[in-house]
Amino acid sequence: MSTLTKQNLFEGFLETSFAGFEKTREEGKASFLKQGLPTLKSEEYKFTAIAKKLEQSISSFQNAKPFEVNAEEVKAGIPEGFDGTVLVFANGHLIPDLAIQAENLAFSKLSEKPETAIGSIAKANKDPFAALNQSSFDEGVFLQIPKKEVVEKPILLLSFNKANEGQLIQPRVWIEAGDFAEVTFITHNINKSEEPYFVNKVVEIKGGVNSQIRYYRVQNEGKNAIEVSNIETNLLQDSRFTSVNISLSGEMVRNNLSLNLLGSNSEGNMYGIYLLNGKTHVDNHTNVDHTIPHAESNELYKGILADQSRGVFNGKIFVRQDAQKTNAFQQNNNILLSEDAIVNTKPQLEIWADDVKCSHGCTTGQLDEEALFYLQARGIDKTQAKGLLLFAFAGEVLEHIQDESFKNYCIDLVQERLGSKF
Amino acid sequence: MLSIKNLHASIEGTPILRGINLEVKAGEVHAIMGPNGSGKSTLASVLAGREEYEVTEGEVTFKGKDLLDLAPEDRAREGVFLAFQYPVEIPGVSSTNFLRTAVNQVREYRGLEALDAVKFLTMMKEKMKLVEIDQKLLSRSLNEGFSGGEKKRNEIFQMAMLEPTLSILDETDSGLDIDALRIVSNGVNQLKSKDNATIVVTHYQRLLDYIVPDFVHVLYKGRIVKSGTKELALELEEKGYDWIKEAIDSEATV
Ligand SMILES: Nc1ncnc2c1ncn2[C@@H]1O[C@H](COP(=O)(O)OP(=O)(O)OP(=O)(O)O)[C@@H](O)[C@H]1O
Ligand SMILES: [Mg+2]
Repeated sequence: MSTLTKQNLFEGFLETSFAGFEKTREEGKASFLKQGLPTLKSEEYKFTAIAKKLEQSISSFQNAKPFEVNAEEVKAGIPEGFDGTVLVFANGHLIPDLAIQAENLAFSKLSEKPETAIGSIAKANKDPFAALNQSSFDEGVFLQIPKKEVVEKPILLLSFNKANEGQLIQPRVWIEAGDFAEVTFITHNINKSEEPYFVNKVVEIKGGVNSQIRYYRVQNEGKNAIEVSNIETNLLQDSRFTSVNISLSGEMVRNNLSLNLLGSNSEGNMYGIYLLNGKTHVDNHTNVDHTIPHAESNELYKGILADQSRGVFNGKIFVRQDAQKTNAFQQNNNILLSEDAIVNTKPQLEIWADDVKCSHGCTTGQLDEEALFYLQARGIDKTQAKGLLLFAFAGEVLEHIQDESFKNYCIDLVQERLGSKF
Repeated sequence: MLSIKNLHASIEGTPILRGINLEVKAGEVHAIMGPNGSGKSTLASVLAGREEYEVTEGEVTFKGKDLLDLAPEDRAREGVFLAFQYPVEIPGVSSTNFLRTAVNQVREYRGLEALDAVKFLTMMKEKMKLVEIDQKLLSRSLNEGFSGGEKKRNEIFQMAMLEPTLSILDETDSGLDIDALRIVSNGVNQLKSKDNATIVVTHYQRLLDYIVPDFVHVLYKGRIVKSGTKELALELEEKGYDWIKEAIDSEATV
């Protein structure tokens, strides 16, 4: 395929591996055709030239076929110290035989759940890639935590990705936590080929009354991989959702994370770290919608950028007229380690209610040379002193991970990166 | 131990040190005094290895080694300690972790085995007594939110932990009340031995009542313009710097 247009892009990959969801797919397709691929003129994508990148890197716009993964690979892919349930995916296709069930968990392939209200939370008309996925997602998973069930151990969603015939990987995840349910998800991906591929993922999460959902994610895609994800959560009364997102690699990554606070006393938390080097480009667009009174949102993203990497942070907070007594906090801080690294950060607050507590702040700076000298003057090696300072800057984000063993895993991961790579 | 010969240093092209000569032998205490902006902290920073300063001329040897050739961390490991005039606050770095990393890296360099957690704590407790520093302070981030006096005390505590051979105290007495001054001075005096040396930078004679110097030097416009014994400090206390400044400035115009 020579030039990428919404029309010719479409013809190639409409093919999906199962029937069903016809109406949903039609709506997705119509919405995608209407929106088209974002150009740099699109306000939402002005710093992230994703269409151009796709055109350069991806030649076969076909859904990549699932492939064989063995138990050894699964074992090797599980983060050290992890104890819980594991669900394995190959190019977005669930492989039930490889699941490791630590606790009883209801899950099925999406193709077996054709009544699922796909697109009712992450709406196609809000983002062209969400629409694209809705039109042609190729399998996915349906997860349901019944009312009052407390899933003690975390659930790992382990994805193996590689270009396989097609270069398009379009996972779709539907998560439902019943009233008073509690659950922790960890997502982790293993890159299986150097050949470029494009992951276009959509995750829809429904949090019942007084539910608690934690969603932790390590993004360590291959250096030629492009990824767009749309994760959207609806929160009912007294529920709480916490996302921690750690971006470490990939060629170009765009994360759309949206929380809809639909019930009073609900709480949405979004935390993130991006540690970028080489030419990695990571764009975090977050959106929290306060629709009702007495809800709270907290957001903290920290970035460390080396080499020619590029970071984008855009944080929207929408407080509707009815959403009195809202508490909304947002913070984005960045350290640039090279003159060629760039970060674009923008808070976007739209507040229609008058009795709210809102604060936001963003900073971009360099490593504190005085602090570095102080540590060196006490005998600490320069590289290690840098690592210490950078971890002191970014590490607080990891404190929001509740699962101890995963937290320690992430601390090691981040420290290793800060010690060796920066 | 330390030999400074004709040291010139500048920052961003502006010369600050303009030919410093100083010999410090083991067991000695040297006081450096001088008006604000004369270059005292610059000298201390250059000795500790701060990169912003460019040494344009001269040489410094420490225990026979070319000090200027060493990275800041290696100078510390060789035994140079600078108590900062303005200790830096470092949020997120715990005082204890920081010190343990520092102590063990210094020990490794000196061919000593690393201290395990228990031994480290024992050593910490012992040294804490020396400067009467509160355990609570050390459970916080390094210097973060410390009062001026607490920061200075923490500097001397770190000095006690790192066991340097040459300590440079840059206005460690400024901002201390009289009790704190006594405690800090006591700490410094207890760490003194015939094998190590101390350079104290100060504006006040009262510190020198506690830490009695063998030599007193006056730094002015980047040079040591007068040296003497402890009586010189008393004279400066009484007469100020004007008589020295006048003498030097008139010399310069001749
Ligand atoms: N980054 C800099 N750029 C330009 N000039 C500087 C810089 N840092 C220090 N100086 C200048 O160097 C001179 C010496 O400063 P220094 O801090 O060494 O003085 P000092 O003798 O320690 O003074 P004080 O008694 O006030 O502590 C001052 O005139 C100061 O303004
Ligand atoms: Mg000074």
